[in-house]
Amino acid sequence: MELTGRVLHPGTGRGPLLALSAPLSFWGGVDPRTGAVADPRHPDHGKRLTGRVLVMGRTVGSSSSSAIMLEMLRLGTAPAAVVVGEPDAILILGVWVAEELGYPTIPCLETGKAAARRLACQSGHPAEVLGARLRVSSESSSR
Amino acid sequence: MRLSDQETAMLQGEAGPAVQLAMRIVTRMADVLGAADLARIASAHIDGCLHHGDGGVEFAQRLVELGGATAVPATLNVGALDLLHPKRVRAGDRRREMALRQMKAYEALGCRPTWTCAPYQAGHRPRLGEHVAWGESNAVAFANSVLGARTNRYGDFMDICCALTARAPRTGLHLDQHRRATALVDLAEIAPALKTRDVFFPVLGAWLGRAVGDRVPAISGLPNATTEDQLKALGASAASSGAVGLFHIEGVTPEAPNLATALGGKPPETVLRPSPQGLREVRDALSTTSSGPIHAVAVGSPHFSLREFADLEALLPSTPFAVPFYACTGRHEHQRLQAANRLSRFEDAGVQIVVDTCVVVTPVLPPEGGVLMTNSGKFAHYAPANTGYGVVYGSLEDCVASAKRGHVIRDEALWS
Repeated sequence: MELTGRVLHPGTGRGPLLALSAPLSFWGGVDPRTGAVADPRHPDHGKRLTGRVLVMGRTVGSSSSSAIMLEMLRLGTAPAAVVVGEPDAILILGVWVAEELGYPTIPCLETGKAAARRLACQSGHPAEVLGARLRVSSESSSR
Repeated sequence: MRLSDQETAMLQGEAGPAVQLAMRIVTRMADVLGAADLARIASAHIDGCLHHGDGGVEFAQRLVELGGATAVPATLNVGALDLLHPKRVRAGDRRREMALRQMKAYEALGCRPTWTCAPYQAGHRPRLGEHVAWGESNAVAFANSVLGARTNRYGDFMDICCALTARAPRTGLHLDQHRRATALVDLAEIAPALKTRDVFFPVLGAWLGRAVGDRVPAISGLPNATTEDQLKALGASAASSGAVGLFHIEGVTPEAPNLATALGGKPPETVLRPSPQGLREVRDALSTTSSGPIHAVAVGSPHFSLREFADLEALLPSTPFAVPFYACTGRHEHQRLQAANRLSRFEDAGVQIVVDTCVVVTPVLPPEGGVLMTNSGKFAHYAPANTGYGVVYGSLEDCVASAKRGHVIRDEALWS
């Protein structure tokens, strides 16, 4: 499938799609050193975000999540791209500060809530963000 | 988006390179959020001083190097060190050095070294209707809900950019139409006795965060005598389990003298009536275990107030605690305890007072791990992931009783 969204931060990124099954606070929920979901009570606990096209319906929790995103970009553990259902004021900030400091950045795309919900069943499929476009291959790549 | 001449000048670098960088980020954010223009802010509370890694240090030092200085009064949230008790925090030399550099950089930008997540109890109290830019999710919920100030949930970095420019995107909770409650929460089914107890509020907050998502709730059925510390606990728990940045309480909070005002004269989009059973389930979900040994107790998230210290003092045992007992607070309250010669009462009883930081954001708890007991919904939410400890939620009384015995003792009668 292919859909178009609003570019929150430009760029290209590809990797297996990972749609989180519950809202996630990066602070307290992600270990920036490993890139993995670290909250033992989160349904995706243990999954690595690194290199994934990460789909999040909405974000919750601490306003320190932008610092975790910055740190993941600095350490190379960040997702390949972030796709959000609604404008997210916190994660995107980590990406902009990374750009100000000259670190690598990743594309961020806002697709609307309905599209983000449709992507929920596409986890594991190869995906690619190219500017405003998200392309998800129909073939699941087994992991 | 409309920018004033002065704002355009800032963006073009006429107020210096630090303001230019900050304005670049503020306007990018305003664009993404669809703001029509920028609001002038009266103050800021800065969350970016907590060390999460070298990136945060580099950003703060970059702003200092570029000549940055806050344009409005700004308080600082917790850092990763207890500067008054340097041995409290377990950290290697390098981490300690980087955490300190980050804290010092924010001081150098002109922020007040308050180091607290409860700035509203350290003298930073914006007025009703005032635009501010606050970070730290509990402080945001408190500023909006209890004080009636107007702020969105500003992440690390955005907070300091707003403070350097004295501007924030005029969007979200800065605007009247987004402050109106759209969800009505009716607590009629909950026993009145439970609704007066401190232990109820973090549970209600955790339920609220899960149930309302990012809608603004108006809560009906809480006593008019609900205390500031109870509201603080409610907001902290709601903001950690969900994205609650503003709640109204009928007859209690300033924008809810009555339900009709809180709802903006419109019918609610949804009415939620939590059941005793539903709240009990949320209370149980705050814990990873419900019985057996505990290995530490921590209170003070958000930072303990003088009133909460008085509650703890009244419960202090004559015999030593069986496990370490931590009470986290800010210097503002620590100094008042010291001035009243009350610190030794806590220390003699075995309470370790943690200042400038807290046990869930930096390593303070014994490294052996185990089970942490707490009366804080926010600690209960974040402790497992951040500390590796299991967690048990209970009242302050439960925490003291359990700390004496070294295993979980809880008054279950309230919840049955």
